[in-house]
Amino acid sequence: MSLVLDGITKIYGAQHALDEISFCAKSGEIIGLLGPNGAGKTTTMKILTCFIPATKGNAEVCGFDVVKQPLDVRQHIGYLPEHNPLYLEMYVKEYLELIARIFKISKPQKRISELIEMTGLTREQSKKIQYLSKGYRQRVGIAQAMMHDPEVLILDEPTSGLDPNQLVDIRSLIHELGKEKLVVFSTHIMQEVQALCDRVIILDKGKLVADDPISALSQRVKGAMVLTVGFKDEIDLRKLENLEGLIEIKSIGQNEYKLTVDEQLDIREEIFDFAVANGNKILGMSQEKISVESVFQQITSNQKEP
Amino acid sequence: MRAVYWKEIRSFLSSLIAYLVISVFLVLTGLFMWVFKDTSILEYNYAGLEQLFSIGPLVFTFLIPAITMRSFSEETQQGTIELLATKPLTDSQIILGKYFANLTLVLLAIAPTLIYYFSVYQLGSPVGNIDSGAVFGSYIGLAFLAAIFVSIGIYCSSITNNQIVSFILAAFLCFFMHWAFSYLSNLSIFFGRWDNLVQMIGISHHYNAISKGMIDSRNVIYFLSVICLFIWFTHVSLAKRKWS
Repeated sequence: MSLVLDGITKIYGAQHALDEISFCAKSGEIIGLLGPNGAGKTTTMKILTCFIPATKGNAEVCGFDVVKQPLDVRQHIGYLPEHNPLYLEMYVKEYLELIARIFKISKPQKRISELIEMTGLTREQSKKIQYLSKGYRQRVGIAQAMMHDPEVLILDEPTSGLDPNQLVDIRSLIHELGKEKLVVFSTHIMQEVQALCDRVIILDKGKLVADDPISALSQRVKGAMVLTVGFKDEIDLRKLENLEGLIEIKSIGQNEYKLTVDEQLDIREEIFDFAVANGNKILGMSQEKISVESVFQQITSNQKEP
Repeated sequence: MRAVYWKEIRSFLSSLIAYLVISVFLVLTGLFMWVFKDTSILEYNYAGLEQLFSIGPLVFTFLIPAITMRSFSEETQQGTIELLATKPLTDSQIILGKYFANLTLVLLAIAPTLIYYFSVYQLGSPVGNIDSGAVFGSYIGLAFLAAIFVSIGIYCSSITNNQIVSFILAAFLCFFMHWAFSYLSNLSIFFGRWDNLVQMIGISHHYNAISKGMIDSRNVIYFLSVICLFIWFTHVSLAKRKWS
């Protein structure tokens, strides 16, 4: 296992920033760390990179304990902190040379040119960092995180503030990296998780509320399928409610309903039969899967204060 | 540690700071030594470098905090400290790298004043009539003084992310550590009983002792302990992020 968290708790004053977080991950996975602001994503990452210690619990990276063997952990981790701090007055290459020197890379120039090519910085390589646009700065941040070819990459909001083209580039870079390494990244953007991750971990108010493969996530929420049905004439709602697998009915217009149904049971036929049996006609019916976005909303809004 | 050291040195040399510090130091000491009528060697008619070593602490009190104020304040302000602290570097390596880089810069500023020594050496009558022992003792004293002031400056920079606060605190602490204790020792509560002890806490007591050309291990131990003390304080202040 590349990454093991066991009952990680972080308390700031009276506030539980993290509450008993546990999960494992191995290389070759891309994990999306999701959650509303203040959910504890950044805190989790800071603990994993040994920047701050947890109040309680253990964490291991590549078999090294984050408290007892911080230097080994850092040697195996590439980290892009939130807001991507950089020495703005340095040149791109100068900055990467500094990082290479910190990691004692044997052939620094070769590695640096590799990274520059990999992150698409070739045209900007001789500029000062302060003159780079946000997307290119982000690439510099990712390049420095990959300097020592770490087994685990931890990226705190790697795509925040990028324009759509840059977004696509960075995503494909992450995707590429995730083939051999363990990539853990945090984000607010749900589509990104859908596009990139194998696995999603959702935090809310410091609690782990979901840890699932992306395909299984929607099943966690009851009624993962939404049917929009339009009947010709008025229907008897009470009769409709009796249908098996129906979870919620919401009226959205004249004789039009949004039905939340169990994904396992396809009840479209039953609805058709229901309409026929009651001498009614169906004018339209469409089915959509609940998006990760609404799953996220549902999961995080369910966790109200006890 | 070396990576941090070279990073700091490069950032001094690629910004104006290094050149500014060195020229201000040389201009100020040069003025006092050769130009101002009240202190000029040429008027004084005595072959020595006393002017340099008596003005040195005062110039350093303002100059060294100006060099050190950014070392940690800027890193915490810009968040780059998180970058360094999550690399395979211990806190001590970061602190010492920065400490020695800052000290190197100050020593670079002192180095050209050796020209003053050779000038006075040549101007002496007969040539070479200068108390070389006292001069080199004073140089060592000045270097130790710089080393203490740099450790104070680094510490002050580590406790705040505001460079101005860091500068003012450091300048005050340098002043206090150097002069205050010898003045405090004259207070009636200390005078006659503990005045000697109080004086010994201050830097100036040891600085003046070394300036006489006698390098006493007690003074050296004093200098080294104060340096270690402030570096340890810095260490504690960096580790503070782990306590909350």
